[in-house]
Amino acid sequence: MASFLQYLVYGLQLGSVYALLALGYTMVYGIVGMINTAHGDFLMIGALGTYFIAKLFDSVSIDGTYPMLAVGCIILIAMVMTGGIAVGVEAIAYRPLRNKPRMIALITAVGVSMFLTNFPRALPFIGPNPRPFPTLFTPKTFTVLGASITSTQIIMIILAAVTMLALDRLVAKTKMGAQMRAVSMDKDAASLMGINIDKVISITFFIGGALAAVSGICYASVYPQVEVYMGSWLGNMSFVSAVLGGIGDIRGAMLGGFILGIAQIFATAINSTFGYAVGFIILIVILLVKPAGIMGKVTIEKV
Amino acid sequence: MKKFLRILCLALGVILAVSVCACGSSEKEGSVETIKIGLAFPMSGMAAMAGKYSTHGADVLKEELGGKITVGDKEYPIEFVVMDTEGLEEKTANVYQKLIEEEKVIAIAGPDSSKCMLAAAPIAQNAKCPAITSFGTNTAVTEVGDYIFRACFIDPFQGAVAAAYCDEQGHKTACIMFNNADAYSVGLKDAFIENYKGEVLAIEEYSGSDVKDYNVQLTKLAAQNPDVLLLPNLNVELGLQIQQARTAGLNCQIVCGDSADTPDVAKVAGPAIEGVAYVSAFSAESTDEAAKKFVDAYVKLYPDELPNSNAELTYEAAKMIVWAIQNAKTLDRAGVRDALASIDGLELPSGKMTMDPETRNPIKGGIIMQYDADGVTHFVSTVNP
Repeated sequence: MASFLQYLVYGLQLGSVYALLALGYTMVYGIVGMINTAHGDFLMIGALGTYFIAKLFDSVSIDGTYPMLAVGCIILIAMVMTGGIAVGVEAIAYRPLRNKPRMIALITAVGVSMFLTNFPRALPFIGPNPRPFPTLFTPKTFTVLGASITSTQIIMIILAAVTMLALDRLVAKTKMGAQMRAVSMDKDAASLMGINIDKVISITFFIGGALAAVSGICYASVYPQVEVYMGSWLGNMSFVSAVLGGIGDIRGAMLGGFILGIAQIFATAINSTFGYAVGFIILIVILLVKPAGIMGKVTIEKV
Repeated sequence: MKKFLRILCLALGVILAVSVCACGSSEKEGSVETIKIGLAFPMSGMAAMAGKYSTHGADVLKEELGGKITVGDKEYPIEFVVMDTEGLEEKTANVYQKLIEEEKVIAIAGPDSSKCMLAAAPIAQNAKCPAITSFGTNTAVTEVGDYIFRACFIDPFQGAVAAAYCDEQGHKTACIMFNNADAYSVGLKDAFIENYKGEVLAIEEYSGSDVKDYNVQLTKLAAQNPDVLLLPNLNVELGLQIQQARTAGLNCQIVCGDSADTPDVAKVAGPAIEGVAYVSAFSAESTDEAAKKFVDAYVKLYPDELPNSNAELTYEAAKMIVWAIQNAKTLDRAGVRDALASIDGLELPSGKMTMDPETRNPIKGGIIMQYDADGVTHFVSTVNP
């Protein structure tokens, strides 16, 4: 029982990273209708960026730990920076191709992903070597029914849930959300209704990038090592999460993330090598059984 | 005019011929008596630092010998010929060619890297000139042929050193978590299991460095409550593993391979690094008699630095050659080769060394280093498996 609970904690920890990343993935797909394979690399930029921003704040740190205010500033700057980069990527690489066939946007996204991985790698002050991530949160360990859980893990799980709810409300209730839904339904008609499509899509990418930065910080806080390749595997996993939950659906992304994280941990507990494959097995099964995902609605494509 | 040119040519020809004769004769006179040992190390380029330490290590032996070597009852002048490999494969091959053909060295020590040694070893093998790599850990190096030796131990051997250390410490039970997609990791694990006298309770594995979550495996191992946990893994993975092992409740001794010898491991692991032990080739802090003697001699020559593994292994490689020259049945390359292969219990700074005549890999002691709470490493003991 204790080990079951412990595995569940690890599963939720991993799942919350997947969920936060999948939220951005699914939002971009839902509103712009493209699969942004570079989304995992936004996570990497967020985490690496945090590493460098934290260095700038070095003077206020005491024994390697930062005061709460500084941590808030660091996270905020990293979010804005990553969001800005996401907007820039959209404006430079995706916007000119918006009215081209979807396949072209997908191929561009693969290229952008490679660029975002390899460009920092080529920069001498970043390079390919992994770096130790600074301690932003000092974890306190609690023991619940024989399973240990740290404050960082609790923060992550709650953060994922709160972000999901906030995004869901944003899309469902606000004026901006209404514009997003309109753009997602029909870009041309939305444009005729006076909606600034470029602005809506930019905001979508900004939110996606900022969320990727948060998930990067969460991930690096529990696995304190950052490197330029960290985004690719996590990007794949969050894509699986988004598809599992129903790509385009915000609640689905969150659900998919947690299901995948827990499945991966329990599969590892059965056989450690099997744990890595389980994500892709789930992807194949879901595509065969329910291609629209758990929460996804089947849409009829009108030709 | 034509006649003048002809005379000029003739005159030049004569001068050339005379000078060649002169050179030849002087070289011949020298080579009868002087024994030359070649040293091929990167003195410039990316690996120049390693080359600097390597040659400094050889300088200690040079100082020890004082320019002469006694073979039987005869005394010969000895010379170390140092050449720069720049850390490049093709340069190393050229250097080997030059040392063997022009300098007529009796044996070569170096280079330190496996890739350079792999490029140069076939040349030494074809010329039947014994060569010892100081730090080429790749198993393929000595498989080139029977004239190629190494001074360092190969990676899997660290597993044997770790096992001997655990036995010495009285650790009865062990658990292992290893990377099943990496040859270094698998080799260390196999050698550990083969040599460990205690009981291996459980083995967990993972594949590759993509996934950074080892919590499940470590939680399962923690349930076994072992005396020691072996993590024979890569440095990019170790920091996280050590940290997660401590969080999972594995409070036993953790032992790693030499990949743990990077400051980043300690930085990532944080306070969890305290007490983590790892296998290494050499430490300047060693309390062993021969090691102390070497360190003292080194510091006397170079007061501003402490010898590292490069320096020590080069010293050992050169020392092996000197021993082989003194104990060779015939004073030529083949004789030195046979003597190298027959080394048994030679006293070296890293402990007693015996050459395995089949694989030409040394069987020798390793040392155990340990991290303290601040992430600083300290010498613990010398282990002879």
